[in-house]
Amino acid sequence: MTKLARKVALVGAGMSKFGNHFPVKRNPDLWIDAWLNAKESVDNGIEPKDIDACYVGNYSSDLFNHQGHLGPQMANLVGLTPKPAPRFEGACASSGIALRQAIIAIASGIHDVVVVCGVECMTELPTAGVTDVLATASDSLFEYPAGATFPGLYGTLASAHFKKYGTTAEDLMRVGIKNHSNGAENPYAQMQQSIKDMMNSKMKRYEKEGREIPDWSDEFDFLKSSANPIIAYPLRLFDCSLITDGSACLFLASGDKAKKFTDTPIWITGTGQGSAALSLHDRDSLTSFIAAKEASRQAYQMSGLKPKDIQIAEVHDCFTIAEIVAMEDLGFYEQGKAVEAIKNGESKRDGSLPINTSGGLKSKGHPVGASGAAMPVEIFKQMRGVAERNRQVKFDVERALTHNLGGSGGTCVVTIYQK
Amino acid sequence: MTENEKDFTIQNYLEFLENKKLMGSKCKDCGTLYTPVRKLCPKCDTANMEWVEMSGKGELAAFTSITVGTPYFIQKGYDRNNPYCFSIIKLKEGSMISAQLVGVDEKNPETIKIGMPVKVKFLETEIKGETKTDLGFEPI
Repeated sequence: MTKLARKVALVGAGMSKFGNHFPVKRNPDLWIDAWLNAKESVDNGIEPKDIDACYVGNYSSDLFNHQGHLGPQMANLVGLTPKPAPRFEGACASSGIALRQAIIAIASGIHDVVVVCGVECMTELPTAGVTDVLATASDSLFEYPAGATFPGLYGTLASAHFKKYGTTAEDLMRVGIKNHSNGAENPYAQMQQSIKDMMNSKMKRYEKEGREIPDWSDEFDFLKSSANPIIAYPLRLFDCSLITDGSACLFLASGDKAKKFTDTPIWITGTGQGSAALSLHDRDSLTSFIAAKEASRQAYQMSGLKPKDIQIAEVHDCFTIAEIVAMEDLGFYEQGKAVEAIKNGESKRDGSLPINTSGGLKSKGHPVGASGAAMPVEIFKQMRGVAERNRQVKFDVERALTHNLGGSGGTCVVTIYQK
Repeated sequence: MTENEKDFTIQNYLEFLENKKLMGSKCKDCGTLYTPVRKLCPKCDTANMEWVEMSGKGELAAFTSITVGTPYFIQKGYDRNNPYCFSIIKLKEGSMISAQLVGVDEKNPETIKIGMPVKVKFLETEIKGETKTDLGFEPI
């Protein structure tokens, strides 16, 4: 894996507020919010005339919104017609792929400046419909007839991880508690509340309604109670990411063009993508993702960095178990050792390797096709020291990584950023 | 048409399943077994397969108990109070396959043990007057 043929910089990044927006906001509205937000982050400004192409990542506007062919629509909304506007799909890794393709296009010399759009509007469908659309990212021929849902596939992987490494439901809960405490500090997150605050407000509500007040002494009591029902054993409601509408926008430029937009670009020094059999039963391992291992191997090799060089990461915590597996697949910890690090608080904001300071998909929200473009937004802020509220890490971030997984691990895109 | 004259297609695999036969395809070049069927062996890049009937025995490799199911399983009558198990079975012959796990206490999934021996159980579902066979496994 050689280095990129030309340097590629992230010169601006922004996002819409993530949340339950339909019908007040649909794909076009969400994208414009993200575009305007990202434009504000470009130090010297950026205009449509500066941009050569619009790369769109979206999983399934076709099924969520009865709208295909999103590329030209998104490009037109921000004044980029008639420039190229392809759309990329790889389930939840859709905009991670769009980002990677934009990097490749700039490195190759085909384009100098590309805007990446990640967008998804999921709540146009009721929850059962969303579950069914998400299930199409798994194997509809052989997993679906056996009853597989998305939480079900990750529950299945969790059962194998529990058996092999002794991981427990409490270990999963620690991931959720951490990510919600980060999301509480992110004004763009869907659920800006810690699990403790949610627990306390529920207790207050019960008291007000004259109901018996539950005997919850801490978050773990709350998370083990019927207030947190099983969705797909061992995964409970608070082990699952959210159903979200949202969009993210990234401005990428070649090394020589980057100077026009900012004096402090974030350099993209590594990109990797891997794949795996769509069905879990066709894979050699049920406790790690080969696509993630391959994507990170490529990205590390390209950047010349090693896992220990990475200072912060945004990883694909579509379910709490996925964050644990990601920490191991990325080489941050040995297989089966991530839970110990989580117990020690290493992945917290003030830990030695903060993970998902944005709140992750768990608390920030997971508009599936937009998540891969939203992860670099957090990295951009953390590397510039401008993360909102109280979630800026306390050290200078020079090297960071994003890990964007598609479906149940059939696709993974890993990107490495350096100052 | 004998078994081995049938093309190695998904439809033919599903027709075997309807007839309560769990079939795989075995690469005649390297011996790798595929369940469900594959026509091409990705290891050898050859299409030199033969149909093999599975013994239907294996062990539980991984599972989940699902309370919020797919529309198909909701149609089958499963819900929050009546969960079902999705599982991955490691067959005695060595390959793995996805199947519903039945004959277990889905409401108390902590009683279900990975590694336990299981055998095939073909599950018939009647939908709109037509009977469909799905792959299931149950504890031995």
